[in-house]
Amino acid sequence: MDGIMTTTHAVEVRNVFKNYGDVEALHDLSLDFPKGELTSLLGPSGCGKTTLLKIIAGLLPATSGEVFVNGETVTGPGPDRAFVFQDFALLPWASVLRNVAFGLELRNVPKSEREAKAEKYIADVGLKGFEHKYPHQLSGGMRQRVGLARALSVDAQVLLMDEPFSAVDEQTRRKFQEDLLDLVQNENKTFIFVTHSIEEAVYVSDQIALLLPRPSRVSEIIRPGGFRHKDPDSIRRDSEYLDIVDDIWKSLRTYVE
Amino acid sequence: MFLRYRPLLLKILSTVLIFGAWEIAGRAGVSFAFPTFLESMAALWGLTVEGTIFTAYAETLKPLAVGIVISAFIGIGLGVWIGLSRKFDWLVSPIFIVMQSAPLAALIPLLIMVYGIGLTSKVFVVCIMAMPVIVLNTAGAVRNTPVHLIEMGQSFLGTRRDIILKIIMPSASPIIFAGLRLGVSAGFIGAILAELKITPTGVGDIITYSRSIADYPNMYAAIFSIIVFAVLFLNFVERIENFLFKGNNKELVSD
Amino acid sequence: MNVLGYKLPAMSSLIIWGALWEIVGQLELSFFLPALSDIFVTLTEIIGTPPFIKALKETAQAFALGTFFAVSIGIPVGILMGKNKLADEFLLPWVNVFLSAPLTALVPVLMVLFGFGLKAIVITTTLFAIWIIVLNTRAGVKQINPSLVEMANSFGASSFAALTKIYFWAALPEILSGVRIGFIRAVKGVIIGQLLISIVGFGALFELYSAQFLMTHFWAVLLVLFAMAFTLSEFLAHLERKVEYYASKR
Repeated sequence: MDGIMTTTHAVEVRNVFKNYGDVEALHDLSLDFPKGELTSLLGPSGCGKTTLLKIIAGLLPATSGEVFVNGETVTGPGPDRAFVFQDFALLPWASVLRNVAFGLELRNVPKSEREAKAEKYIADVGLKGFEHKYPHQLSGGMRQRVGLARALSVDAQVLLMDEPFSAVDEQTRRKFQEDLLDLVQNENKTFIFVTHSIEEAVYVSDQIALLLPRPSRVSEIIRPGGFRHKDPDSIRRDSEYLDIVDDIWKSLRTYVE
Repeated sequence: MFLRYRPLLLKILSTVLIFGAWEIAGRAGVSFAFPTFLESMAALWGLTVEGTIFTAYAETLKPLAVGIVISAFIGIGLGVWIGLSRKFDWLVSPIFIVMQSAPLAALIPLLIMVYGIGLTSKVFVVCIMAMPVIVLNTAGAVRNTPVHLIEMGQSFLGTRRDIILKIIMPSASPIIFAGLRLGVSAGFIGAILAELKITPTGVGDIITYSRSIADYPNMYAAIFSIIVFAVLFLNFVERIENFLFKGNNKELVSD
Repeated sequence: MNVLGYKLPAMSSLIIWGALWEIVGQLELSFFLPALSDIFVTLTEIIGTPPFIKALKETAQAFALGTFFAVSIGIPVGILMGKNKLADEFLLPWVNVFLSAPLTALVPVLMVLFGFGLKAIVITTTLFAIWIIVLNTRAGVKQINPSLVEMANSFGASSFAALTKIYFWAALPEILSGVRIGFIRAVKGVIIGQLLISIVGFGALFELYSAQFLMTHFWAVLLVLFAMAFTLSEFLAHLERKVEYYASKR
């Protein structure tokens, strides 16, 4: 890897294949994820977007091909990546505080230190006062904030988000999308974001990788530019935003049964 | 006002009805071997005042307690191992699956031949009744730990040991505990069966002896008390469970 | 488990345990554990003999009658409890009591009331099986999608038609699972009843063989019993899986 590449791309996926038995989930997939930006993996169900994310996370091995994070080959989960789960993956028997600190606990950070850090991120995601509540006492949206705080607290450069907002209601979802834009601006992190919602992808992304199924491949890379620095409210009425949403729908509609 | 106490009132009413029916059936002389409810309760009072019932319980609960402790240790140990290892699962599970559906009580005559009529045989009876349900529930709970929780542990760099101790075990514990309760329930059946079949001791002795001298009120009193005792004890354990695992996702235990 | 790319069938490890049993038996380590092959030889000898046929017949009869009563009383009571709040509040505490009660303790009562014969064993079997059937049927009826019932009402179904065309079928997966567990319990109940009464069925056979220390005979009968119980339970589990598809899809 040459030096310039590693400074511009936080994650690089090279010629990745993934087979489940006879089924080919990913076929010769290559993709770059620029540092400090949010890239969406967008596609219909069964296009392998979650598989790709789990391969980047090191949770699934690729059948062949390689993934580099900051120039280093991925062989398993690492401290440079943190995962936000679709169904939150919170420990039901642990308080919000322990859940947020759990990533640090697994890294053997001393209790007082990890709890101080967790408290900071709990406040950051707007859950101050809920430290000693349990997941079953929280709404879906609040649970995902806990999952987000847990991922932020381990201070990884790359955040992997697997349809993080799909299990929360529409209003909460919009609020989350706005908060995510702030997060991308303020934290110097790279985000990889899996979604099946076209509007959501166009709204939050610096770069959209459109994945098409059978066999799974990147069909198009779209970089929405003009409206990125507008205020959150006017984006949804921006003509470029609407055009991109329309174009993506045209590419995808043939794949919907 | 009435709505608030409705469940309690209905409970009391149905209890009164059932015991009332028992009383009337007893008075009507259904059978010479069917004493009335009040006669049986008077006999129970007598056994309590004499203290007979307490010594009997101490005797009955001994094999039960020993058997349950042994079954819990071995059963949970084996169950966790089965849940974690595919190979061990393949090798050992079938034995417990067969045991679960088999009428293991049929082994009692054999146990008597091998271990005699003492405490060992009775402890064995409790163990063979209680063990399969403990093993199978533990194994199922460990095996069915939500995948996303394990992936979460892996992605945050948990070691295998961390994942077992901090994710799999706490996640499985509600079902392990519930399996243990079912084990105790089966153990009660075994303990009483052992006392009725192997040698009459404890509560089984009161039942058998009273029957042989046709002292039916005493016999009914002993049976009534052991059933009430078992039910109250298991209820109590279930309450502890609900308290301990409040909010923790509870799946169905299998019987 | 996979070996060399082949998936080993689920219960295949029992062959290994059987082989181990045979070895231990051949080594004559214990008088109480004869070799498996000897047991099978004995099995073929006794399986057609009148005492065995008689025991099997008595057991099958008690089991059939016991489970018949458990099912034909248990399912309607369960449906009633699921539909009617008053009946539910009235009966549920008792069903729960008998579900966890050590029913073995009741066998002596049944013996003095109904004699040392078929009647007491049938009632024991019913008592072992019925409560879980009631409870599962009730749970099945309780989870029926209300819009399904409203659909039936809106098409003017009579309450009997609703019962036989909606409630029973919609609750079928739960009912079958209750019946399966109930039948497994009934097998245990039938044997416990026979052991305690011990002059009928396999109880008498066990008594006879153990008194004469006929170990291979004893094990042969035990194996037949366990095999039949296991086959029954697998058959019912198979039935249950057949309707599972709509348990997950409603």
